[in-house]
Amino acid sequence: MTDMMLKAEDLHARYGAVEVLRGLDFEVPDGNVVVILGANGAGKTTTLRALCNMCTTTGTVTMEGDDISRAKTADIVRRGVAHVPQGRGTFPELSVMDNLKIGAYTRKDNEVGADVDRWFEIFPRLEERRDQLAGSLSGGEQQMLAVARALMCRPRLLLLDEPSLGLAPLIIEDLFERFAQLNKETGLTMLLVEQNANLALDMADYGYVIESGEIALHGPADQLKNDPAVQEAYLGA
Amino acid sequence: MNWNFEILPDFIFNGLRDGAVYAAAALALVLIFKATTLINFATGELAMLGAFFVYVLNIEQGLWLWLSIAIAMLVSAGIGAAVERALVRPFDPADHLPVVLITLGLFLIINAVAGDVWNYQVRRVNDPFGQFPSWVPNGSELKTSSEGTIACLENADGALAEVAPGTAGADMCEMVGRTFFEVIGARLHYRTIGTWIALALALIALAIILGKTKAGLAFRAVSSNTESARLVGVNTGRTLGFGWALASVFGTLSAALVAPALGGVNPNMMLTILIYALAGAALGGLDSLGGAVIGGLVVGLIKSVLVSWFGVVVLGQAYFSILQLATAFLLILIVLLFRPAGLFGTRRIERV
Repeated sequence: MTDMMLKAEDLHARYGAVEVLRGLDFEVPDGNVVVILGANGAGKTTTLRALCNMCTTTGTVTMEGDDISRAKTADIVRRGVAHVPQGRGTFPELSVMDNLKIGAYTRKDNEVGADVDRWFEIFPRLEERRDQLAGSLSGGEQQMLAVARALMCRPRLLLLDEPSLGLAPLIIEDLFERFAQLNKETGLTMLLVEQNANLALDMADYGYVIESGEIALHGPADQLKNDPAVQEAYLGA
Repeated sequence: MNWNFEILPDFIFNGLRDGAVYAAAALALVLIFKATTLINFATGELAMLGAFFVYVLNIEQGLWLWLSIAIAMLVSAGIGAAVERALVRPFDPADHLPVVLITLGLFLIINAVAGDVWNYQVRRVNDPFGQFPSWVPNGSELKTSSEGTIACLENADGALAEVAPGTAGADMCEMVGRTFFEVIGARLHYRTIGTWIALALALIALAIILGKTKAGLAFRAVSSNTESARLVGVNTGRTLGFGWALASVFGTLSAALVAPALGGVNPNMMLTILIYALAGAALGGLDSLGGAVIGGLVVGLIKSVLVSWFGVVVLGQAYFSILQLATAFLLILIVLLFRPAGLFGTRRIERV
């Protein structure tokens, strides 16, 4: 049996009076890539926000066996959860370099500089633009920056919220190749939220489909890909 | 029309001196606005409180003036952070009205408490830039003669005039222009230069704090994108408290610098200055620190050159002097109508 990096049980979330998540149960095994599929408004983004305690939640979230459902966002980050929010979430008025440095905010070691160099090697475009303001980067570059920044905290679990949104198809493919490579080379666990089901299922080990805040369907990625309901709803078959 | 160009430099220097004070106060406004997008209406009263701390430490306790200012700045920082913690943080940051009302209430409370403790009389303070050593060129103009009279420079002819101490003339003499350089025929007061230097040093310190320290980086991150700042593990509440502390330091600096020029401290000393600072901050762009500095200086110049020199001296219309404050409102109105982001503020571009 694989160790569980993350496990959510009966996860509810609400914004004011509106209940967005209505009892989700899902697991993210260590080293795996898990994808959450769903239409607009199904609650995908809220799921990731709920895991980081960025909205009002009930239910239990455990990370490596420890209950983190009441922990502060900053403490969840310290545990090794990095979140790339929807719409990149870079700091537009900060330089590329400062964006990376703030990514390492929770770290106390002195290898931050070495890590910056490492991500510059993987994303050379960022090094070319290290002193530019993040707001001046293209959409693809911003997404790279958002990912690199998230990796600066040396996460063990990476939450990715629709990284493909608004990007050109070639750039999306390149990005997903890098994600797959990261997962393979470093064993980084990922929980990915996507509308681009094809690419996401290609990379993922396991998938959940949520509809109106509930899990409608789940299974190994290969199996979901061949599921007629998924094909019809998300794969345009 | 009487183009009195020879006295124009005097007005420019004075405008830039007042402007430096407005710049420091505008920075106090912008530091809080940047991080929270709300105007802290208690900025001026917190600054006034800081000036009274200087008064208590320096005049009442006899501490060295600069040490008093430094301590007052630190105490103000603590008060600013405490206000944020106790009165701002418990409220939803997305809902501005409650917090703005709280800062307005704070404004009234601090003013009333200060009035109760120190009453509304102007209390004389020492001028941090009034006591230059005699080796400074033109620095020895103020002499107390053996008969106890004070000699100081009188008007345009530059002749020494003697006035008896304790008289209104002596007060004027100490309040204005007892030490200055002559620059292009105008008086560049030491107080003016001192104010500029103090502002410049404070700006350098601010640049280092924001640009080189981890707390400064966190502050800039929270200002830029609060949600993402939380997602990288920044404690946003503590960071906003840090912003309030920095803002209070700049407020106290502005009040300490302007107090001698106002003849001393009193609970209402910052009322009009806050209006000018607000105009400066709006002109520079409410979320731009550099803009606040330039905006503050420009407002000082407008007030001095456009209103006092052009209006009062050139046009000969004395009533222009009462329009100074109206000019600040007019400026705020024009900026908000035609360029809401100010000269250097960010116009938010939403990308989809």
